[in-house]
Amino acid sequence: MRQALETRQVGRALETLPALAGVLPGGGVRAGASYAVEGSTALVMALLAGPSAAGAWSGVVGMPAFGAEAAAGFGVDLDRLVLVPEPGREWLGVVATLVDALTVVVAAPPSTVSAAEASRLEARIRRRGAVLITVGRSWPRCEARLRVGENSWDGLGSGHGHLVARRVTVTVTGRGTAARPHRTRLWLPDPAGRVRSAEPVRQYDEGWRHEVAS
Amino acid sequence: MPERTIVVWCPDWPVTAAGKAAGCRPDAPIAVLEGGRVWACSYAAREDGVRRGLKTRDAQARCPDLVTLPYDPVLDARAFEPVVTAVEALTPGVEVVQPGLCALKARGPSRYYGGEAAAAAALIEHLETLGVLDCRVGIADGLFAAEQAARVWPKQSGSRIHAVPVGGSANFLAPLPIDVLERPELADLLRRLGLRTLGAFAELSGTDVLTRLGTDGARAHRLARGADDRPVVARRPPPNHTREVDFEPSADRVDQVAFAVRGPADGFVADLAEQGLVCVAVRVEVSAESGEVRCRTWSHPRWFDAADVVDRVRWQLQGIGGNDGGLASAVVRVRLFPEEVDAIGTHADGLWGGAPDERVHRAMSRVQSNLGHDAVVSAVVGGGRGSADRQTLVPWGDRPIPRWSGDLPWPGSLPPPAPTTVYATPLPAEVVAADGEPVRVSGRGVVLGEPARFCPDGRHRLRPVAAWAGPWPVEERWWDESAERRLARFQIVGTGGDAWLLTVENGRWWTEARYD
Repeated sequence: MRQALETRQVGRALETLPALAGVLPGGGVRAGASYAVEGSTALVMALLAGPSAAGAWSGVVGMPAFGAEAAAGFGVDLDRLVLVPEPGREWLGVVATLVDALTVVVAAPPSTVSAAEASRLEARIRRRGAVLITVGRSWPRCEARLRVGENSWDGLGSGHGHLVARRVTVTVTGRGTAARPHRTRLWLPDPAGRVRSAEPVRQYDEGWRHEVAS
Repeated sequence: MPERTIVVWCPDWPVTAAGKAAGCRPDAPIAVLEGGRVWACSYAAREDGVRRGLKTRDAQARCPDLVTLPYDPVLDARAFEPVVTAVEALTPGVEVVQPGLCALKARGPSRYYGGEAAAAAALIEHLETLGVLDCRVGIADGLFAAEQAARVWPKQSGSRIHAVPVGGSANFLAPLPIDVLERPELADLLRRLGLRTLGAFAELSGTDVLTRLGTDGARAHRLARGADDRPVVARRPPPNHTREVDFEPSADRVDQVAFAVRGPADGFVADLAEQGLVCVAVRVEVSAESGEVRCRTWSHPRWFDAADVVDRVRWQLQGIGGNDGGLASAVVRVRLFPEEVDAIGTHADGLWGGAPDERVHRAMSRVQSNLGHDAVVSAVVGGGRGSADRQTLVPWGDRPIPRWSGDLPWPGSLPPPAPTTVYATPLPAEVVAADGEPVRVSGRGVVLGEPARFCPDGRHRLRPVAAWAGPWPVEERWWDESAERRLARFQIVGTGGDAWLLTVENGRWWTEARYD
């Protein structure tokens, strides 16, 4: 009975920030899936923020430089965040233990993880309905790969101002039908500290078309 | 008629307790401080002119090698506990008036030992075997008179027992100054009325005192007359939940100790459970062969079971010795104290198992017992100027308290957003102006040379700077030479859109954090 209660629904989409929900295949972070993020800790925090703000426990393994204040700024609940900065050789064991108990686990895999070990971990994640977000090095199989390409900061001049907001281009590569890379522009964060889409607004687009037609 | 009372007084108890905890020699000049003033001082310090109520700086001026320790009432009371237990072992019915001072009814012990003086001598002898070398005993009618007898006498005679004869309390108290009543306002008023001794105060009529000074004045008047009718209220000895493991011969390996502690830890938890309690904070005291005592309090987000207690003992030992399982000095004794307990009902499991938090906690404890206590941390954000200062990593299970308060203004701190990658140890960096000279910041916070190229990690080639801002100058703890810091922070964005937080201190550049 307890086992049945503990097993979460696999495949169900977890709460995700609206800006990212539209970008990810399946309309959000899905339980039982793993994601790979390259080139941005902020994007990891943004992915973490949705489930964490909705009350899920999350863990970060092998990232000694994880900026907790920034994570809190993106909406990650620090009361339900666990960090294992230096797992050392026990990396796989620690991630497996965390996956059993937590909903979202962020991990920077060392180079020593073999494909067989990785697929065993994948199976465990699927069974428990957890989410694994890997950072940095490529992870063999995952639901979607997110890469931050272009990066532009606002608010800084030459000798004046301060960093306020930035726009990034995120390339999402999924699996199967979503295999075609999908590019989108995001505020990460916007001047108010939130994550939102930086694509041109559709209504303006239609209005412009209407004007042309008349 | 007030009851015959024996008072046992240990002079300068806060000093004895704090000095013992800090490992000072008993004859060292020690002062215990509270709110920047001397609260109590040792005999050696008093010889040099240190007095209670003196400012710390004045006390240090009078006695340059003064050891100053903070006043901790909890430590005080805790250290006095063995003394009270020892007195209770001889005669039941002890009242703890304050740490360092306890009272008992004289009737029982004086009959048993054949006289008050014999009972007092037996008490002193018993306490001496415990290591309490300086204690005095006062015997008189009533608690107040007995206390004064213990405090006043030894100046004249070598004996440490001072017995006031039956019915002689009023005569004994009469020459004492009015201040011993410990009512400063009343003492001030009486002194202005020309009443400088208890005897003079006692001569006033009781009804006059009551109408003029109220009930508290009347009570002080009764004390001064030697008619203290408050009986000694014996404390009920608290149930003893402490567990002790002695090693004979001493143990020099962590696993040896951890194995031996397992049984007592089981008993420790079961004992509390019998009383309907669970332990949420445990204090582990490890005594080494070298005489060193290491003490640490471990808290738990839920409550300790036996395995958790054993884990804490192991971690504490690992912290003392090396990681190879050996210890710096062999262990002779481990003691477990329940520091904080809670009713078991508030921690019971629900019908369908505990909350999800409990499963999380179990998993984290497993990782902790594998990797060590500090390996699993939770983060808490506080105040500070540097990014690394602002976040505090607390081992899982400990109370998350930030290092610095976030409520204070922190001039010189950077506006949000916060950097996403904060290096625990800054990376050496390089920032140069267009002419290839390193950029510097003058003593007045002026940037000398405009950053043109930089290298944030010290490994790669210099890259062009796209935008920069700064300096945010910081001058921290200039009053403390060892902790003083003067630095300036810069935000620099490279041409690739990568943003960094750099600092320059003593002409050297460091990368503190990255906005990635």
